[in-house]
Amino acid sequence: MKTPLLPVLLACLLAACAGERVILLPGSSGHTGAVAVLDGKGGDKALLDSPYASAALGAGSVKPRTLEAQAVEREYGTLIRALPPAPRVFVLQFEEGTTSLVPESLGRLQELLAEVAARPGAEVQVTGHTDRVGKLEDNDALSRQRADSVRQLLVERGLAAELVRAVGRGEREPLVPTDDEAAEPRNRRVEALVR
Amino acid sequence: MPQARATAPDYSEARAARGTRSTTSMRTLASWGLCLLLPALAAEADIGRVKSASGAASIERAGSLLPATPGQLLEQSDVLVTGPDGSLSVTFVDNTRFAAGANARVELARFRFDPTTHEGEFDTRVRRGSLAIISGQIAKHTPDAMRVHTPTSILGVRGTEFIVDVGP
Repeated sequence: MKTPLLPVLLACLLAACAGERVILLPGSSGHTGAVAVLDGKGGDKALLDSPYASAALGAGSVKPRTLEAQAVEREYGTLIRALPPAPRVFVLQFEEGTTSLVPESLGRLQELLAEVAARPGAEVQVTGHTDRVGKLEDNDALSRQRADSVRQLLVERGLAAELVRAVGRGEREPLVPTDDEAAEPRNRRVEALVR
Repeated sequence: MPQARATAPDYSEARAARGTRSTTSMRTLASWGLCLLLPALAAEADIGRVKSASGAASIERAGSLLPATPGQLLEQSDVLVTGPDGSLSVTFVDNTRFAAGANARVELARFRFDPTTHEGEFDTRVRRGSLAIISGQIAKHTPDAMRVHTPTSILGVRGTEFIVDVGP
């Protein structure tokens, strides 16, 4: 008897949909990443790495398939649009040998405050960066000092102190890649992130 | 190489900053130090903030239910809870973003993040409901350091945007 198989299969599919599933979305930055279903023994049961790849999750084997973009939009469009906006970065540069911002960066500071006012529940993370001259630990401290000085500027301009955190990232994230010990003014900067 | 460091432009900038500070009074210095210390202490426990909440949307913390409001700080072990008409969105300190749909229960089971090195660990348990996720710096720095647990499975995040849906 082969005829009852179809309804049974359909019921299974529906049950799988009503159960647990994961759907990979095309990244908003134009890059689709990946999600693995882990097997709990250090390996992958399945890997989702293309837009709208989906898998029903359960104790058994996991077989990814690709969903229609419109179907995902119908079911999850509202949820996707409820995601918070991407954090916005403001790069601030200093006058050589001082803790004063260059005039252009002072203008950016006003833009930043406007961005904070426009975002519900906003906070600001001020991250200091250095170039690759000197030791890692020294640059961690220096980058933190740079971040602290910008944090002070923001608080002086009326931003609530509890909304701004200062962080030093040292030489780990250069704007312009260089060899170690290379002096590079563009890498001596503070990035203020509004999220 | 302290000598090389001393001649580097970066170091002279740091020295200029210290010079400015040494001319300020001790009182100013002390209050400034306090200003720096307080947010540092507050920052320890904070893992993110609520960005939007609509309908029935709450944060469960140590057994009590707090109504969710934009700007509200979140801590490790908090649970995002929504009702039939609820939704809730969150941005974490590593830039991970969440949106939880209706009838959701999402536990922020473990969150650890070093903003200097970007090392961390992030375990979320989706007990029910749908959750949209855009991963942040924890997943970018270390693949699978961010994991999403469902009742039957564990997902390893490799830097991405995705949805986890746990049906009734």
